[in-house]
Amino acid sequence: MASKYTIDENGFYGKFGGAYIPEMLHHNIDELQKNYVRISNSESFKKDFDQLLKDYVGRPSPLYFAENLSKKYNANIYLKREDLNHTGSHKINNTIGQILLAKELNKKRIIAETGAGQHGVATATVCALMGIDCIVYMGAIDIERQAANVSRMKMLGAEVRPALSGSQTLKDATNEAIRDWINNPEDTHYIIGSVVGPHPYPDMVAKFQSVISAEMKIQLEEQTGRNYPDYILACVGGGSNAAGAFYHFLNNADVQFYLAEAAGKGIDTGHSAATSILGSEGIIHGARTLLMQTEDGQIIEPYSISAGLDYPGIGPLHAHLIDSNRAEVFPVTDEEALDAALMLTRTEGIIPALETAHAFSILDKMDIEPKSIVVVNVSGRGDKDLPTYKSHFNF
Amino acid sequence: MNRIQALFKKKKESVLNIYFTAGHPRLDSLLEIVPALYEAGVDLVEIGMPYSDPLADGETIQASSKIALKNGMHLSLLFEQITQLRETCDIPLILMGYYNQLIQYGIEKFFMDASAAGVDGLIIPDLPLDEYASQLKNQFEKYNLGISFLVTPKTSDARIREAAELSSDFLYIISSSSITGSKSDIEDTQLSYFKRVEELAPDTPRLIGFGIHDKASFDKAAAQANGAIIGSAFIRHLDSIHGLAEASKTFVQNIKGV
Repeated sequence: MASKYTIDENGFYGKFGGAYIPEMLHHNIDELQKNYVRISNSESFKKDFDQLLKDYVGRPSPLYFAENLSKKYNANIYLKREDLNHTGSHKINNTIGQILLAKELNKKRIIAETGAGQHGVATATVCALMGIDCIVYMGAIDIERQAANVSRMKMLGAEVRPALSGSQTLKDATNEAIRDWINNPEDTHYIIGSVVGPHPYPDMVAKFQSVISAEMKIQLEEQTGRNYPDYILACVGGGSNAAGAFYHFLNNADVQFYLAEAAGKGIDTGHSAATSILGSEGIIHGARTLLMQTEDGQIIEPYSISAGLDYPGIGPLHAHLIDSNRAEVFPVTDEEALDAALMLTRTEGIIPALETAHAFSILDKMDIEPKSIVVVNVSGRGDKDLPTYKSHFNF
Repeated sequence: MNRIQALFKKKKESVLNIYFTAGHPRLDSLLEIVPALYEAGVDLVEIGMPYSDPLADGETIQASSKIALKNGMHLSLLFEQITQLRETCDIPLILMGYYNQLIQYGIEKFFMDASAAGVDGLIIPDLPLDEYASQLKNQFEKYNLGISFLVTPKTSDARIREAAELSSDFLYIISSSSITGSKSDIEDTQLSYFKRVEELAPDTPRLIGFGIHDKASFDKAAAQANGAIIGSAFIRHLDSIHGLAEASKTFVQNIKGV
């Protein structure tokens, strides 16, 4: 039976999704739409995908019972440790899937966009592994604020091209990558890093990330005797780590989904990236979804201290989950995220990425039923954010 | 019948369509540019609605859009300017923009205001064929607005037929697999593609666009269809010469070789 949280035959989650693309992209998108399910369901793909996730990425990632945090919040808090993956975040789950797909489609050149650089690094990594040329588009401002990841990409052999248009962040890097794809329709595959973009990307990326919730089910069963939690907390920019963490629980009404959105300096300050609150329905990067825009339909440059959440749209699955009240959104400011990062570090000895820190701030905002089971998806580690932490906390 | 459809009824060859971005280089530039193009003998004018994220456009049009938005161009003002233009100028007019602009303005309101201002047709590169056919076609017809869909060298035969059938103004033939503004000339390898489109869509007016920048490339492209479209080269020309009316006139004269 079709779930109301999976796509229909045209790539829509309810009224969100679809493929609103110029004709120049039609051939590429059509090729993906016609092949991604067949390829990703094939035995040889599954074998390679599972093997690489296990031996190369280091999966399954641990589900760690955070005892100190649990005491602090009077709940049973588990951390899904995507930060322990190779390359330091959940992003690699998707790039492994897409590079295998690109190989099957006989593509010789990979392009990607990146905000914080985590997806760029994960893409550069699989390209190095497979010996395929890699070009990563990154906003000129992000190149500056995520210097460590830029160096990693370069060492991995990728070319990092600065996106100089617009706000010079993730939105513009995505535009540039799409234009590159239009100009190179034959040999290139575009590895989108989140559950955004035209159909089939939102569904495809969610499926590759769904390993997160597939493992959670097994690990929760082992550790709690019950294969689902009461709450799952995740941060959302485009929303790939949240999609992966929710995926196998979408139809389980006993599991509540809490999303942390980057409120930046505050919802009403004009320096925010809280799409679900500040956004309205429209089209961004080929998908009908919620986005931040002016009355005239011009896309607004968002702001967040976290380069990975600095996106004016949200994946269509999340727009649908929010619209149908299946997920609840908590806006989290820069300050709150920084505090949460320090809190987690000092409580559990885990330095999270700034993106991930937003999810931990929900613990202060939600009403937790005592003893309930809470899973926080630790989407990435904080190495890349040390300069920010250092200057903020004056270490 | 709108002005574009009437144009293609009487003119089948060397139709010249010039594109520029509303609000560029100055906020009210179009009031100078369009009458000058009209007087110089341009058949059809395509006005870009500047957009923050013009995915299908190359650098020149991106840059002009950015300036136009900075100048304060917005849709209500654009409709006012076109209304004013229509007092003296009867040239066929197309608006080109992105679907999100219509959605946010309100689709029905957009059609109503565009039609009332005197717009004849629209080009919306990211509007899917099936969504147009199932949801918007009736409204286009109600407001007497035409539409032109795009095809590329990679578009399948079946899809070219579908796009031609749904295009009530003309079929926009993208000359090559690249974004507007590239400078390469029409190559001989493209001729078979233009032939293919002609055979698949013999009854739909056809204009070739992308990469056309001077008299030679215009003549070569126009010979393969009913005419051709020039955008980025015109915008670059506007930027290089003082006096918008004069620049518009000399550009058209160069293309027409008069």
